[in-house]
Amino acid sequence: MVDRREAELLEFQVSRREFLGASAGLAFSFTLGLGGCATPGARDEPKHKLNAYVSISPSGTITIQSPVAEMGQGIMTGLPLIVAEELDADWSKVVVEQSPIDPVYAHPIFKAQYVVASISTIGYWTPLRVAGAQARRVLLDAAAVSWSVPVSELTTEPSTVVHAKSGRKLGYGEIASFAKPPAEMPKIDPAKDLKPAAQYRLLGKSTPRVDVPAKSNGAARYGIDARVPGMVYATFARAPVRGSGPASSNAEEIRKLPGIVDVVTLDHGVAVVGRNFDAVRKARRQLKVNWRDGLPGDAINTDRDIEAYLRDARDASRTGVVWKATGDAAKALAGAATVLTREYLSDLCYHAQMEPMNATVDARADAVEVWVGTQAPTRTTLDVAKALGTTADKVKVHQHFLGGGFGRRATVETTVDAALVSKAVGKPVKLVLSREDDLWAGTFRAMTAQRISAGLDANGRIVGWSHRVVGEPVSDFVYHPGYIKKAKDRDVIFMSGAELPYYSKVANWRSEHIMEAERTRVAAWRGIGSGYTKFAIESMIDEIAHLNKTDPLAFRLSLTDDARARRVLEKVAEMSGWGKQRPGGTALGIAFAEYGIFAPKVGSLTTAVAEISVDPATGRIRVHNYWAAADAGLAINPDAFRAQMESAIVWGLGQALKERVTIVNGAVQQSNFHEYEVLRMSEVPQIRVEVLSSGASPTMVGELGVPAAAPAVANAFFTLTGKRLRHMPLNPQRALTALRESSTESRA
Amino acid sequence: MVNLTVNGRSQTLDVAPDVPLLWAIRDELGLTGTKFGCGAAHCGACTVHVEGQPVRSCVMPVGKVAGKKITTIEGLSRDGRSHPLQKAWVAEQVPQCGYCQSGQIMQAAALLAANRNPSREQIVQHMNGNICRCGTYVRIVRAIERAAKEG
Repeated sequence: MVDRREAELLEFQVSRREFLGASAGLAFSFTLGLGGCATPGARDEPKHKLNAYVSISPSGTITIQSPVAEMGQGIMTGLPLIVAEELDADWSKVVVEQSPIDPVYAHPIFKAQYVVASISTIGYWTPLRVAGAQARRVLLDAAAVSWSVPVSELTTEPSTVVHAKSGRKLGYGEIASFAKPPAEMPKIDPAKDLKPAAQYRLLGKSTPRVDVPAKSNGAARYGIDARVPGMVYATFARAPVRGSGPASSNAEEIRKLPGIVDVVTLDHGVAVVGRNFDAVRKARRQLKVNWRDGLPGDAINTDRDIEAYLRDARDASRTGVVWKATGDAAKALAGAATVLTREYLSDLCYHAQMEPMNATVDARADAVEVWVGTQAPTRTTLDVAKALGTTADKVKVHQHFLGGGFGRRATVETTVDAALVSKAVGKPVKLVLSREDDLWAGTFRAMTAQRISAGLDANGRIVGWSHRVVGEPVSDFVYHPGYIKKAKDRDVIFMSGAELPYYSKVANWRSEHIMEAERTRVAAWRGIGSGYTKFAIESMIDEIAHLNKTDPLAFRLSLTDDARARRVLEKVAEMSGWGKQRPGGTALGIAFAEYGIFAPKVGSLTTAVAEISVDPATGRIRVHNYWAAADAGLAINPDAFRAQMESAIVWGLGQALKERVTIVNGAVQQSNFHEYEVLRMSEVPQIRVEVLSSGASPTMVGELGVPAAAPAVANAFFTLTGKRLRHMPLNPQRALTALRESSTESRA
Repeated sequence: MVNLTVNGRSQTLDVAPDVPLLWAIRDELGLTGTKFGCGAAHCGACTVHVEGQPVRSCVMPVGKVAGKKITTIEGLSRDGRSHPLQKAWVAEQVPQCGYCQSGQIMQAAALLAANRNPSREQIVQHMNGNICRCGTYVRIVRAIERAAKEG
């Protein structure tokens, strides 16, 4: 289903040998103290392990391992539901545990436990169904032996094996109390041994999330809540730019401050260690570090650099690396009746995850322990081991809930810092960044300049399309230097979304990445490239529709034969009353987007309509209503899908309207939430989401709401004012500047 | 030494009076439901009640609340989970990452204590200082309205 070569673009390169090594000696059924997820008592019962994912106790409690970090996406419910469906489990008897870090739980594409790109569900879809079906088969076989009947005469009802002929029934717990695990586990053929969708009892129905109760009463444990006997507290001042570190500091003075245990100088920053966090925070404010300079990052000036990016976008001699192409775009553009060229810009964005980066590490002994909430637990074992000069099998990671992931917790540098500091001071260390340090040393969504040229025929149809995206590659910094080169310069994080896989009527298109020198701390950020590439593409489509004097919805429909694409377009038109007169002072804008680098083979689709007004005095855009239709294949847990859409829409509107990091001479200019503003409750529109389930398998959910948000707003702004906003965020200053321009752009 | 009454329990802590209440609650008392988000009263993740009023504990010196009645998420209801807002939070499936939700619930609880039937406008105005980066705002509003109705 997933193209192997495409999959490898995403693959987290773990050496197979190292990774297998990481498994040795790990206790198998280590239970994480995720309050509220497991009922107390159930944990202490004897459990009969049927396979890596399923254990059943004699009382009938079914424990299902969830292999992926829970960061709000609902994965701790969604994945176990898949197992429970094939097992035919009574969901009320299911207890979910965060699985240990072990190769048996590795994501099939990443070959590691790692959560990015919204592909957990699709990746684990078949292995988990097989695990559930296999456990069910073990129970059936045991019941068949016990009753001396052929297994073919047996069926299941939730948590019960039934022999209809004799009217006998056995609960799963009863079977678990006498059954011995078979010497050889039954083989399950995914092609014929799995349940047909028509028989689903759980999938496709909304199931409350297992982590919600603990997150409503303060019991949920995040990395920052870890407490280890004898631990000291630390915070870390990281060098302001990539590759820099302390040249000198007032460490000696800081060491003498009350409550301070030590000051640890590392190659890339300075840690202040103390008996409590208050002492550490106070000392941090007095810490003065002279950083090594002369590094490329020292010259970053975002306002100036974006102009340089734009020049590179225009400079035809700068050829980029082709990301995706269909047909012959250059030839089609050369032969077009008209070529429309437009440029779009986007600024740096900060994750602003609510839980500041932190980790607790005990690196005193040969057996290292880590308490953290991370998207990358396997990588944590590898990178911590490397930093400490040990092997991954000596590093045990206790996975916690994540107070926001969004890509920020896909890298593990804070955990490595904590490990190095723990080793230096000879104590367990809880390292917590202040919000200021979290932002100053943040990893950001890359800044971009984009230039799209669309060739139109005499009837305004798009015959050719060229999309140039200028910016720093991201994957080298996220993974390791040289990663991009190995991936043949194709940077999936940066370029995602720069494609038209569902606009099937556009026969010739091409997108390319014009690479700037690497010097910014860049990251995967919810929505990855599609947050800005779809802003450009869907703004451009709208510009062409207006040029053609065509309704923007009708124009989009004219571009696609794809039934699913047409369905999300038509659905949102119906939901929003597209084409009807709006109240005075507001206007609608529409945008379509797919999410998923395997599209159109495997892709999630959405169309959004935003209704906005603008304050002519301040330039402030207000989004009043927002409608979205979303199709992520088979909707496993529809309400959780809806919640993810709502979340990603708010995220998408934040980057559309406000979010912006600026850097001057290498230094981040924002320090906390008063300067890096995210959306607040008063700025959030009424959001209505329609979940359209399609097909037999699930696709990507967590980021699908992001890409359509900015273009929907920008397109509404044009309809309302006749002005185009082409620089994200569409903040009041930019809107006001556009409103004050004397000429109104031709709508014709 | 500071004497604190948290969730009905009076305790003397060996902390300086200028230490923010947040750290006394989390690190001295081990009540980790109250969260650190910004350290500057910008985000509301650290919201607790002092004499029933919502307070940003990250900027409140512990010395200023000595002897006052402090309530954290753990003490909001007798069994820690049955406040109408907590039930509504579950019914509406509000939390995602969940990190800000203790603060959201404490902020909302102070509103409902003062105004049993707030309008949507009053809810938004009262809650606007609490950031939810997962963007669960739509459900937070719904849950507050539900709690007001069912409370």
